[in-house]
Amino acid sequence: MSDTSQPARKGQDFESTLDASDKKVAQFEHSRRGFMGTVQHVLHLNPTLVPVLVLVVSVLVFSLPMVTEGKFLTMFNLSLVMQQVSIIGILAAAQSLIILTAGIDLSVGALMIFSAVVMGLLGVNLGVPTFFALIAGFIVAVGGGLMNGLFVTRIKLPPFIVTLGTWYIFLSILRLLTGSQSIRSQDIDAEAAALKVFGSFISLGSARITFGVVLMILVFAVLWYMLNKTAWGRHVYAIGDDKEAAELAGIKTDRTLLTVYMSAGLVVGIAAWASIGRVGSISPNAFAEANLQSITAVVIGGISLFGGRGSILGPLFGALIVGVFESGLRLAGLDVQWQVFAIGWLIILAVAIDQWIRKVSA
Amino acid sequence: MTFTKTRTAGLMGTAAVMTLLAAPAFAAAHETGACLITKTDTNPFFVKMKEGALKAAEENGMNLQTFAGKLDGDVESQIAAVETCIAAGVKGILITPSDGPALTPVVTQAREAGILVISLDTPFEPADVADATFATDNFKAGELIGEWAAAKMGDTSGAKIALLDLNASEISVDYLRNNGFLQGFGIDIKDPTDIGDEDDPRIVGNDITNGNEEGGRTAMENLMQIDSSINVVYTINEPAAAGAYEALKSFGMQDQALIVSVDGGCPGVQNVKEGVIGATSMQFPLLMASLGIDAIKNFAESGEKPSNSEGLDFYNTGVELVTDQPVDGIPSITSDEALEKCWG
Repeated sequence: MSDTSQPARKGQDFESTLDASDKKVAQFEHSRRGFMGTVQHVLHLNPTLVPVLVLVVSVLVFSLPMVTEGKFLTMFNLSLVMQQVSIIGILAAAQSLIILTAGIDLSVGALMIFSAVVMGLLGVNLGVPTFFALIAGFIVAVGGGLMNGLFVTRIKLPPFIVTLGTWYIFLSILRLLTGSQSIRSQDIDAEAAALKVFGSFISLGSARITFGVVLMILVFAVLWYMLNKTAWGRHVYAIGDDKEAAELAGIKTDRTLLTVYMSAGLVVGIAAWASIGRVGSISPNAFAEANLQSITAVVIGGISLFGGRGSILGPLFGALIVGVFESGLRLAGLDVQWQVFAIGWLIILAVAIDQWIRKVSA
Repeated sequence: MTFTKTRTAGLMGTAAVMTLLAAPAFAAAHETGACLITKTDTNPFFVKMKEGALKAAEENGMNLQTFAGKLDGDVESQIAAVETCIAAGVKGILITPSDGPALTPVVTQAREAGILVISLDTPFEPADVADATFATDNFKAGELIGEWAAAKMGDTSGAKIALLDLNASEISVDYLRNNGFLQGFGIDIKDPTDIGDEDDPRIVGNDITNGNEEGGRTAMENLMQIDSSINVVYTINEPAAAGAYEALKSFGMQDQALIVSVDGGCPGVQNVKEGVIGATSMQFPLLMASLGIDAIKNFAESGEKPSNSEGLDFYNTGVELVTDQPVDGIPSITSDEALEKCWG
């Protein structure tokens, strides 16, 4: 069109117009992101930053004298919060493995109690040596994970459906086994005291660090190493991000998924052992909402429910945030319902932030 | 009207299907049919009630079908169960209603169909929605342990009380035991159907336990954070009490507090014997179940319906205080005696 608008043409001399033309080669747009854009970008690179910030801010707010009259910020109370979240924390580690592969596990809580009940029935009621009772409990936990994994990989059922089914199955078996009756703390002490080892603690000043809390941190540390420093870990992320692409890249996705479900089962077994120390007795009716609580910790911890993104350390902070909110709101003298209310908003907020961060790559 | 019609139509449909399905079984055995519908199978109390009812039914040559909700408050399963029982043409239904008001319409239908409906453990509101109610006097159960704790302390002015309740729904069993305990202890309970409206400074606080050890332990830890000098602990049931004891023990304070509870399950009674729980009020689920079966048998044979205890709107199946530290003026049995009749 420009040709016709220019009456004074200079024949084929294209070089005379070269200076006026765009000489840039293909490149990415480099516009300034602005403040929110920068925040979005930083969070995209460090998804654990959100839960860490929320944790720090909530601890600070609940420490204010006018909120909890100084009852919250004591070494004793903070270590108590750690104890109270330790079991859900370990379960959240197992849940994270599944969610990183874009799955979900509704059966973790029931499987944990099933495993603990087997440990107790054998070790306490039947007098089997504690070591073998523990082995049996772990076999149940890993076997339960294997069962979930086989249904997901071999029969190609959605994880939600599989674990919804096994949740009911595990619950019914453990109720049939126990008649819903608890195994008493005193009987465990007498018959198989080693089942309660994770309830023991060391005192640091007024703080009390139970072995269960140490165990929780160890579980997260080992999983962090495995997910970030081994090929297996990269495969897990790859499968969660895009299973087809992972398969095309030569990853044996079904085999890896099976190992993920079995590893989650193993971690559930660890939670089962720790739960006996934490609660003192073995109750078939405890931890009824543990599956949902573990998912809550994972989501608040910044792991994407769509798989493939988020740090394994996030759920540790997620579980701690829930514990801090519960303790803080209670010490502030608020009705129990406000804890539930606050956790509900935290979940929605966490997923909203996750969705916002995802848009950075779009 | 539309609602009623649809509902009746649906019910008749269900009835037709169920009759077809159930026909062979009922035709084969000319036994009196009965149903037991419990709240859940997760609570040993109901598990034991079921065992007692099955045993009594067998002894009486009756055919008993049992149903349970999946969890506390699972009304849909219970409504479906009542509909199934109506369709099966049973003579009587024993039910522990998860939610009285929600079950009233279907229970009324059952009674109109000529079925004897007996509420076990938990009364309907009002109680005469059912033909009869066989239940523990839960207020009395709470009152007994409250009186015992007060008598044990002597001077109650220095009491620091923790109240470990069931859950946030404040169902009747929960407030009856809680307020019964407080009244027995000598505290003004204000609204007898409300938990936590008291303003007596001796109360440190209420927290919920879901009636299990884990909840009991966490709740006790929480209340200890508010006031570590707690010396009286009321618990909704014995698993919660066991959890509270674990919390106190981890603080090294298990000797400073009296723990009282309600239920009479065997592990709970064993805990009384070992000094974990100071006193507990024992209730009798097996008796509720067997009395219920007897009542249905009697109704099938003579058409007579059972009557209530005097002065109450239910038939009181009794409650006994279990403690190894008896106090004057409060009748009690020892843990050894209680182990003979505990359930679960």
